[in-house]
Amino acid sequence: MTDLSLVRPARKSSAYYRGRRQVLRVLQILALSLVLIYTLFPYYWAFVSSTKQGAALYRSVLLPALDFTYYRELINNPVFIGSLLNSAYVAVATTCLSLVIGISAAYALGRIDFPQRRAVLMIVLMISIFPQVVVLSGMFELINWLGLFNRPSALILTYLLSTVPFTTWILTTFIREFPRELEEAAIVDGCSHLRILLKILLPLMGPSLASTGILAFILAWNEFLFALTFTLTDENRTVPVAIGLIAGTNRYEYPFGQIMAASVTVTLPLIAVVLIFQRRIVAGLTAGAVKG
Amino acid sequence: MASVSMESVSKSFGTHSVIHDVDLTIDDGEFVVFVGPSGCGKSTLLRIVAGLISASSGTVKIGGDDVTDVPASKRGVAFVFQSYALYPHMTVARNIGFALETMGIRRDAIAQKVQQVARMLKVDHLLNRRPRELSGGQRQRVAIGRALVRQPEIFLFDEPLSNLDADLRMEMRMEIAKLHDDLKTTMIYVTHDQSEAMTLADRIVVLNHGRIEQIGTPSELYRQPGNRFVAGFIGSPRMNFLAVETQAAHDDEHIVGPGGLAIGRSPSDAIPVAEIGIRPEALRLVPTGTGRLDCMLERVEDLGHEHFAYCRVGSGTLWVVRLPAAPNPDAIGKPAALTFDDHSLFFFAADGTRLLPSAEPFGVRSALS
Amino acid sequence: MSARLARRDHLAAWLFLVPVIASMLLVAVWPLGRTFFFAFTDAFLDDPSVYSMVGIDNLIEVFNDHSWWLAVRNTLTFTVISVAIETALGLAIALLINEAIPGRGLARAAILVPWAIPVVVSTKIWEWMLNDQFGVINKLLEALGFIDHGVAWTASGSLIMGVVIFIDVWMTTPFMVLLILAGLQMISQEIFEAAEVDGIPAWKRFWSITLPMLRPAIGVAVLFRTLDALRMFDLSYVLAASNEKVMTVSIYARDRLISFQELGVGSAASTWVFLLVALVAIIIIGALRLDRAAGH
Repeated sequence: MTDLSLVRPARKSSAYYRGRRQVLRVLQILALSLVLIYTLFPYYWAFVSSTKQGAALYRSVLLPALDFTYYRELINNPVFIGSLLNSAYVAVATTCLSLVIGISAAYALGRIDFPQRRAVLMIVLMISIFPQVVVLSGMFELINWLGLFNRPSALILTYLLSTVPFTTWILTTFIREFPRELEEAAIVDGCSHLRILLKILLPLMGPSLASTGILAFILAWNEFLFALTFTLTDENRTVPVAIGLIAGTNRYEYPFGQIMAASVTVTLPLIAVVLIFQRRIVAGLTAGAVKG
Repeated sequence: MASVSMESVSKSFGTHSVIHDVDLTIDDGEFVVFVGPSGCGKSTLLRIVAGLISASSGTVKIGGDDVTDVPASKRGVAFVFQSYALYPHMTVARNIGFALETMGIRRDAIAQKVQQVARMLKVDHLLNRRPRELSGGQRQRVAIGRALVRQPEIFLFDEPLSNLDADLRMEMRMEIAKLHDDLKTTMIYVTHDQSEAMTLADRIVVLNHGRIEQIGTPSELYRQPGNRFVAGFIGSPRMNFLAVETQAAHDDEHIVGPGGLAIGRSPSDAIPVAEIGIRPEALRLVPTGTGRLDCMLERVEDLGHEHFAYCRVGSGTLWVVRLPAAPNPDAIGKPAALTFDDHSLFFFAADGTRLLPSAEPFGVRSALS
Repeated sequence: MSARLARRDHLAAWLFLVPVIASMLLVAVWPLGRTFFFAFTDAFLDDPSVYSMVGIDNLIEVFNDHSWWLAVRNTLTFTVISVAIETALGLAIALLINEAIPGRGLARAAILVPWAIPVVVSTKIWEWMLNDQFGVINKLLEALGFIDHGVAWTASGSLIMGVVIFIDVWMTTPFMVLLILAGLQMISQEIFEAAEVDGIPAWKRFWSITLPMLRPAIGVAVLFRTLDALRMFDLSYVLAASNEKVMTVSIYARDRLISFQELGVGSAASTWVFLLVALVAIIIIGALRLDRAAGH
C-alpha cells in the first residue's frame, strides 16, 4: 500500500490538554451564564420594578423592594380583572374547540390512508401562514352579521383561524407515532373508526393533547390583532390589549410600575405552566416542525 | 510503537461504577479481543482507550506516552463503530478520505489513496454512492476503509460484525484477520461472541461487570480457565456444571453429587469443592448402570455433522453431551449414564475460583461398587 | 384491502375532516374571499352594504401610496435582519446547550421564558428598560462610560427599527434554538465520535458535518420564522403605533381599514399583503425543495 507521508498533528502532553479542556469549560460556562442573564433578566427586572413604589422606581437598585402596592391596585382594578377573565374565557374555549376539531382531523390525516391526504395537509399548513390582516375585512362582516362585535365570544371564532391548523398539524404528527398494530386488532374485530379513536387512541394521547392544548392556549392568550380590532370597550378587552393600551397623557406619565405589575401577573402563570410542562411543550413545538 | 497500557483504570457514571480498577498491557502488533456479556463494560473500556470517554481514575498510555487527558482527535487511533457511523450526506469516496482533507494533502493524492483502499476492500465500484444506498456489509467495509486510510497506529473495533448476517459475518471475520496479518498493526476488538474472540485473537481479555476475569491466549482460556465465569463463557456449547458436596470420611475426602456421582479425594485440602465442570466433548453416553453418573436422556439434537444429547442429571441440571454419531432413537426419554476421565474435570470453589488438582493422584471411587 | 372497504375508509376520513373543513371555510376561506371581493369595491366600514365596483382602482391606489412602500421596506428590512440574527444566535445557543455543561438544563428551561411571554408584555418590559431617563439599560451604559446621558431609543427615528429588531430577536430566538436543538439531537452521537477519533478539528466538524446535517431543520425554522416576521403587527404597534419608521404592511392594511374606515382600499392593501407573503413563501419553499433534491 502506498504510504502517504502523513504529517501527524503533534501530540502534546496530557497535562497541556487537561489545561486546555478546563479553560474551554470555563468559557462555556461563562457563555451559558450570559445566555441565562440575557434570557431572564428582563423578566426579573419587570418584577423588581413592579415592587418599587414611587420614586424608588426611578433608581436602579437591582433588588426588589417588596412593596406590593401596584399589585393591590391591580386587584382592585376592574378593567384589569375583567380582562383576565375575558382572556381566560376566550383562551379556554378556543383551546377546547381546537383540540376537538384538531383530533378529529388528525385521526383522518394520521391514521387513514386516503388519496387526498397530502393535499389536505398542505392546505392546512398554508392556512396557518395566513397573515391575519388579510381576513380582517371579511371577518368584520362576519362578526357583525353574527352580532358578536365587541364581545369576547367573537374572538373565540376568529382565533380558530390560527389555533385549528396548529392543533391539527401537531396532533397529526403525534398521532402518527402510534404503531399500526393498535388498530389492526380492533379492525379485525369490526370496530368502527369512531370507536378506534375514542376507545383506543384517545386514552393514549393524554400527553399529546396536553402539550398541544398548552401551546394552543398560549397562542390564544397572547393574540393581539384580532382582540384589538374586534373589542372596543374596556370591559370586553383581553389582557394583551388591556396592557398594550395603558397610556398616560404623555411619555413621562407612563405608569410603568403598574404596567410591570400587570405584566408579571399576566405572565407568571404562563411561565409556571411552561416550565412545568417544558418537555411536553418542546416535544409539541418540534414535532410539528422537524418531523413535518 | 503502538503498545497500549491501562493502569488502575476505573470509570463511573455518576454513582454507577462501570469499570473497576483495570490493569492491562497490549503489545505492539497484537490482536487483542475484549469479550464478555452485555453490560460488562467492554465497549466503555474501548472508548476509554480511544479517548471518547475519559477515565474517572487511572492512566492510559499509548506507546509509552501518557494520553489520559489527550482528546480522541489527537491519539492517532482509528475506531470502527458497530453502527458504522458513516457521514450520511457524503459519498463513499468522501467518507473514506475525509480525515485526510485536514492534513494538508493534495486532492489528487487523497483521491488516489481512497481509490487504493477502496479497491482493497472491494468497494471501489461504490465510490459515488451515498451510505444509505449500501448494504450492511458494504457499509462496514467503508467504515473499515475510513479507518485504514489514516494509517493509524492502533485499530479499535466495537462489535463491528454484530449487525451483519451470519454468513457475511464469517466472511468479514476472515477479512479482518487477513487485515491484521497484512498490516501487523495493534488491534483491539470488542465482541460479545466468544467464537469471534477465539478465532481472531492473539490474546483475549474476558470482562465481567467491569472487572477483568482473565487474560490469556484462546488456548489458555479454553484449557485452563481461571474461574467459573471464564470456564462457562468460553467454549460452545457451554461447559456443563454440577453442584457437588465435599464429604470428609475417615482420612480422605471425596466429592459426591447427584446421579450417584462420586469422585475420590478433593484436589485441594483447604477449600472444599462446590462445583465441578466438564466440557460436552469430554463426556460419553453409555447405557444406564454402566457409567459414573446416572441421568435421563431427554432430548437429542441432530445438526447433521454434529449430534448433541441433553441429559437431566439429578433433579435440576441439564447437561450437554457431544455424541460421535446419532443415538438410538429408542433411548430418548429413558434413563442412561455418563462416563468421563477424571483429568477432564474442572473443580470450582464456592466463590468461583478454580481449584487445581494437588500433586497426589486421586483414585476413582465408583458409586456403584 | 378491497375497493369497497377502501371507499368506506375514504368516506370515514372525510367525515372526520368535516369539523376542520367547516371551521376553516367559515373563518379562513370565506373571510379571505370577502376581502378579495371588497378590494374591488369602494365600500366603507360604517355602511358596508353600500358600494359599487371600482375594478382595480383600489389596488392601484395602494400601489402608488408612498406609505405603502415604506411599510414594505420596513417589513422586508425587519424580516431579513431579524431572521438572520435569530438563526445565527439560535444556532450558537443550540450548540452551546448541546454540550454537556453544568447548567444546560437550566438554560434549556430559561430559554422558554421569553417565548412564553406575550409580545405585548415583552414590548412593554423592554420599553421600560430602554426608557431614556429611568431605563436600566441607559443607566448601565452610563455607568460603563459608553454614553453621557440616556439615549431616547424609541424616540429616535434611526434607532427605533433597531429596537424593534432587538426586541424581536429576544422574543423569538428561543423558538429557533428549540428547533435547531431538536435537529441537533437527531444526529447520531456516533457520527461526531467518528469525526473526533478521525482527527477532524472542531471547526471542520461543525462546517462539514454539523451544518450540512442541520440544513433541513434550519430550513424549516427559517421558513416559519420568515413567514411569521412578514406578518408582524403587535410589536411595532405597541411600541410606536403608527410611526412610519416601523410601520409594517399589516399595520398599514389595518390602519386603512380601521382608522380610515376604508373597507375597499383596506381590503386592497390586505390583498397586496397576501400576495407579498405568498410570493415569499413560494420562493422559500421552492428553495427548500431544490435543496432537498440536491441532497439526494
